[in-house]
Amino acid sequence: MFYREAGQFKTTYAADQALFPIRQDRYAMLAIVAIAFVGIPLFSSNYWLTALLIPFLVFSLASLGLNILTGYAGQLSLGTAAFMAVGAVAAYNFQLRIPGMPILLSFVLGGGTAALVGILFGLPSLRIKGFYLAVATLAAQFFIPWLVTKVGWFSNYSASGVITAQPIVIFGQALDTPREKYLLVLCIVALMALLAKNLVRSRIGRAWMAVRDMDVAAEVIGIRILRTKLIAFAVSSFYCGVAGALYAFAYLGSVEPDGFNLDLSFRILFMVIVGGVGSILGSFLGAAFITLMPILLDVLLTAGSHAFNLNLEPGVTSMMQLLVFGALIIFFLIVEPHGLARLWQITKEKLRLWPFPY
Amino acid sequence: MRAWKKTVIALLALAGGVAIVLPVAAQQAGTQFMGVLGYRVGPYGANGAAFFTGFLDYLALVNEREGGINGVKISWEECETEYNNAKGVECYERLKTRNETGPTAIHPMSTGITYGLIDKAPADKIPLITLGYGRTDATDGRVFPWVFPILSNYWDAATGIVKFIGDREGGGDKLKGKKIVLLYHDSAYGKEPHPVLEAEAAKLGFELKLIPVPHPGNEQQSQWLQIRQYKPDWVILWGWGVMSATALSTAQKVGFPRDKMVGNWWAGSEIDTEAAGPASEGYYAASLNLAGKDFGVVKDVEKFVYAKGKGGDPKLVGTVLWNRGLAAAMYTVEAVRTAQGKFGKKPMTGEQTRWGIENLNVDQKRLDQLGFATMVPPLKLSCLDHGGSGLVRFQKWEGGKWKPASDWMSGDKVMVRKMVEESAAKYATEKGITAGCMKG
Repeated sequence: MFYREAGQFKTTYAADQALFPIRQDRYAMLAIVAIAFVGIPLFSSNYWLTALLIPFLVFSLASLGLNILTGYAGQLSLGTAAFMAVGAVAAYNFQLRIPGMPILLSFVLGGGTAALVGILFGLPSLRIKGFYLAVATLAAQFFIPWLVTKVGWFSNYSASGVITAQPIVIFGQALDTPREKYLLVLCIVALMALLAKNLVRSRIGRAWMAVRDMDVAAEVIGIRILRTKLIAFAVSSFYCGVAGALYAFAYLGSVEPDGFNLDLSFRILFMVIVGGVGSILGSFLGAAFITLMPILLDVLLTAGSHAFNLNLEPGVTSMMQLLVFGALIIFFLIVEPHGLARLWQITKEKLRLWPFPY
Repeated sequence: MRAWKKTVIALLALAGGVAIVLPVAAQQAGTQFMGVLGYRVGPYGANGAAFFTGFLDYLALVNEREGGINGVKISWEECETEYNNAKGVECYERLKTRNETGPTAIHPMSTGITYGLIDKAPADKIPLITLGYGRTDATDGRVFPWVFPILSNYWDAATGIVKFIGDREGGGDKLKGKKIVLLYHDSAYGKEPHPVLEAEAAKLGFELKLIPVPHPGNEQQSQWLQIRQYKPDWVILWGWGVMSATALSTAQKVGFPRDKMVGNWWAGSEIDTEAAGPASEGYYAASLNLAGKDFGVVKDVEKFVYAKGKGGDPKLVGTVLWNRGLAAAMYTVEAVRTAQGKFGKKPMTGEQTRWGIENLNVDQKRLDQLGFATMVPPLKLSCLDHGGSGLVRFQKWEGGKWKPASDWMSGDKVMVRKMVEESAAKYATEKGITAGCMKG
């Protein structure tokens, strides 16, 4: 009833190619952006900002990066956390070694370093595919944290290999409250998401999808495979690198290389799978599901056991949380193997007919 | 979409809505609220469960036996961190605003989580107590006013272990030319002793080889092959969780004598040695506290808490980590009591508790009163020294029990102090902190 595009005529090419061709989508997006930039900073508590929203945004960015590589270009990677580590360590070192370095430039250079490392580890992708490529990227996952721990220079010879992020100062203004940090992360993520959305609609994005769907055919129609794949690795690693820098600087404050382990790579891969492979929206939905759902379950289970006076042992609620979370992942994958983004698309299609489906 | 799927999705949406409007589980007003960052699941869950059961049992004892700290009842809430840094930070953020006085003092029980909270604690005015773990140079309270690595820190442990090995060899000078391997958990925790052990090696002239074990450490075949080729005189085990037991059983497999292995205090609980079975016989471990039930306070816990059905798990009572949890809670409660002496008998805020910890003085007389006797050494803190005694005591695993193998002893305190001050000063310059004691 409300979600209908009847009567919206596109009279120019620009209107036809718009990011959100349907008016309702446009308004919804504007509303979301307004809530994210104005509503949330005004009304959220510090707990929501620091413990839920900042990690959600950071992981959205990381899964966006992986989605570009895996979802759009079809190259399976298990090295996401390693590229995040590169971004974090590089940004830290740029800040530390070059006096007067602007922090935003450090983030960009951190991402750039990650992109270079990504290209290096993407080279085998020309020869090997699928699971074998995943194993090759696994090498990055083990090599990079090892290197960062092994070479003391990277962590400025900290006794335990931990890097402690410097304070974030932009134009002489120190961003140290959760609200300011949230806004910084939100700006970066929103900008990069917009960039990614346009990138996948561009020539490069179409080349990625052609390579993903059938690389021989793509080569026949004149797409340079090596270059396309390496660009995918570079862009993806850049996103992961910036996400890693934000993870260290805006979220945790200090990170140990050990924190960027295979576990984190898998978590981000799950975000992509649960959210939707090959979808920008899916990266956000997946990140929200994987980072926020366990906390939601934890709060619910604890509150539930208080309300019904069950007096559960603390260990039991944690176990229950893991069980329910695992079951939920399986449930969503059975309901919609293409992820939450596809579920949302189906909902939209149904909404068009609502309340009179035929 | 079938009906059941719709039902599940609708239920989920409902649950989400409920969680958002749900009022935070109300804490009783006027109590001393303790935020507990615990872990009972995951590869380190067994160790965490023992420690936190002891911790909560002691809080319950204070409530049951004397009606709280000077009449102020203690309340608490535990949040599961799974020994995961990101989850630990989330739990900390969740608990820090639970009560008008905040979560009193936080025991992160993980070196990684401690690192994540060191920058946040001063901003939130919440003290961190890291009993026998965490950032060693935080012993210098002028740079780290909010962090208290009480009892002993890792560098005390490392020099203590070297001294113990020296004593076995017949004196520190006999270590010249000996080969010692540090088999460590490859994380912030495992890397913490490196600088001090390297300094000891240079000073005493022994050869040191560092061999990392990746998390979680249940596969150590290649590390032990390396050790067999290297033929060290001693192996120092810096393990945690499943890694320690695996090290002991793999050592048996490759034929390395267990009585030439010395663990630190996180690799020296019953959980580690019992899991390795007979392979643990003869293994030494440093300890912060004695195990066993022959202490007045343990009897009190059994009488006031377990007899009323309010205890955690009777199987854990008297184990090394359970006793350590008891001691950790005792120091926290005593710190609150100290703070009450200055600020009045009401719930203490984080800031007031910080003063209480910095001015904490639990001497032997007080330990006897509390029924701890010789379980832990006395502890006196000050702004310059956030660490305290620096004493360790060695135990040997014999016939299914930890038996004391030395008296309370300390390693090279002078060298540790010098390195602590250097490292803290470096941190202060990196972070732009002006070192100085906090007032009030």
